[in-house]
Amino acid sequence: MSTKIKVEHLTKIFGRDPQKALDLVEKGEFKDAILEQTGHTVGVYDVSFDVSESEFFVIMGLSGSGKSTLIRCLNMLNRPTAGKVIVNGEDIVPYSRKTLSEFRQNNMAMVFQHFGLFTHRSILTNVVYGLEVKGVDQEEREETARRVLKTVGLEGWENKRPGELSGGMQQRVGLARALATDPDILLMDEPFSALDPLIRREMQLELLDIQAKLKKTIIFITHDVNEAFQLGDRVAVMKNGVMEQIGTPEELLAAPKSDYIKEFVKDTDKSKVLQAKNVMFKPSAIVPLGGGAKLAIEEMRKHGISSVFVIGQNKKLEGLVTIDDALKANKENQPLKNIMISDFPTTDPETYIEALIPIATEAKYPLAVVDDEKQLMGIISRVSVMSALA
Amino acid sequence: MMNEFPDINLDLGQYINDFINWLTDNMGFVFDGLADAIIWSFQMLSSVLLWLPWWVIIAIIFLLSWRLMRFWTGVIFAVFIFMIGAFGYWELMMDTVSIILASVLISLIVGIPIGIFMAYKDGFEKFMRPILDAMQTMPTFVYLIPAMMLFGLGVVPGMFATIIYAIPPVIRLTNLAIRNVSKEMVEAADSFGSSTSQILFKVQLPQALPTIMTGINQTTMMALAMVVVASMVGAQGLGLEVLSALQQIDVATGFEAGISIVFLAIILDRLSQSVAEKYKYSD
Repeated sequence: MSTKIKVEHLTKIFGRDPQKALDLVEKGEFKDAILEQTGHTVGVYDVSFDVSESEFFVIMGLSGSGKSTLIRCLNMLNRPTAGKVIVNGEDIVPYSRKTLSEFRQNNMAMVFQHFGLFTHRSILTNVVYGLEVKGVDQEEREETARRVLKTVGLEGWENKRPGELSGGMQQRVGLARALATDPDILLMDEPFSALDPLIRREMQLELLDIQAKLKKTIIFITHDVNEAFQLGDRVAVMKNGVMEQIGTPEELLAAPKSDYIKEFVKDTDKSKVLQAKNVMFKPSAIVPLGGGAKLAIEEMRKHGISSVFVIGQNKKLEGLVTIDDALKANKENQPLKNIMISDFPTTDPETYIEALIPIATEAKYPLAVVDDEKQLMGIISRVSVMSALA
Repeated sequence: MMNEFPDINLDLGQYINDFINWLTDNMGFVFDGLADAIIWSFQMLSSVLLWLPWWVIIAIIFLLSWRLMRFWTGVIFAVFIFMIGAFGYWELMMDTVSIILASVLISLIVGIPIGIFMAYKDGFEKFMRPILDAMQTMPTFVYLIPAMMLFGLGVVPGMFATIIYAIPPVIRLTNLAIRNVSKEMVEAADSFGSSTSQILFKVQLPQALPTIMTGINQTTMMALAMVVVASMVGAQGLGLEVLSALQQIDVATGFEAGISIVFLAIILDRLSQSVAEKYKYSD
């Protein structure tokens, strides 16, 4: 995947003379000290990160951590004090007003926390706004707007005013308005924070659907860890204007870099973040298909287990043999093939633990994790699920 | 002797006087142009209003009031206008209405851009604030004097004074309304690559319109309040009638002319208020 956005040493300071305050920051003064001495607020300090094409990148942090300031630097609603914002290989910071307008019209669109809808316009004319500014003719832009409204499930609401819609629906309009210009990058500033939990969950799933279909690069801001971990391919955690850690949800959970991150991820529902591949382990004992019952008995005895998986060529999972059946087969001299059972639970590596808990606790045998080609990748026992969630 | 104010003579008024004299001597062409614009707008309006048959005007008032408010409001307002005509003041009323409407029009043309500029520039807002305060609190008679010096006697100095007195609300409320447009909405417009003028005309002004309409209503009412004062420098209309009734202690004329102004005030206020009401959006 190619790099879509590259942010290098980005700093944003608010105040009359940001350059002066910048010198102080570089000398290592703290945010509070600078505010007291100079009246300048350091919004974001020396932040660098990359976002790949069609990646879902989440920036997480408490209020005042600079995440909203940061996302506004990406489309220059906030002009950075220092640093580069490289989009599609070009630094956008030195852009003139005109080039910047063209860039905003074609490459990026933003969705806002409180929707930012134009209350004097109908739903349809809200959605056409980006195209209108771009100079697309009326027939074409309304056609596009109707199509986009359909994808967000708002067909038939075109002539209503934003005030007549519920919060969830208003944010769908906000999303439709952003999608109408067909930008490659979507900036979303806490888009679901103002919605109630049920609607929020629904919108999250829908956003994932849209993302899967349209393959947009999404920068998403949230203060909710669970939301961040459910949506993000990677999650960046900000604190006091500085990037604390960037990584996949699993990396943040498994190896939090600081106590701050540890505290942050403490409240996560791990069963919704961890997948089968994160908790599975390599089976200590396996038997090849041609190995015979004797070998199976030997393996089970050696490892003190009562069943063992049988694999064929290319690690393909063929079945499972229990100790009782193996002893019987050994006596009657039958091949493993005849005594293998196949009605045991399997799962693919991407399944969330949440869905595996009931299976793992009920099953008589360990859970086999297999990929699309039926290759055995690992196994999950009841104990491994429980210890992962502890 | 310590109780008396020291014998200092600050002739600030003299300097203002000199300044006005300098203006009339050197900037005459500017004021001639201004006077032409003012008199032209007044004459245009009054010739249209007097050209229209009386019943057409009553019908327009009735229909507007009915449509914007209620049927009975339309009837009552139509009766008001008819009564003013019956007092024998039809033409004087049209003069007064023309002065008010032309003053309001000029106030809007000048005031709304000033208000917008104030909203965009904090420094300009700080500069304008005390000036607007002074314009509203200065006793209205005071600027009749320079108005007369600059424009002579007649409708023009009257309208000039009216505009100075009536323009602050529309400036203030335009400034306030533009500043109060939701930050997110402006950011949204900006994030789609709107130019500054697109943001102004597609988002800020439409959003500000309800408040600006309130400003227009206030400006209209303040212009109306200047009717009698403006007649002191010779502006014709109902105000002049009140003034002459005052000089002759003529209660009958004074009452008829006075109640006519009240009727006009009620009609103009309710009409402009209900128009402002139409422009409110729910969030």
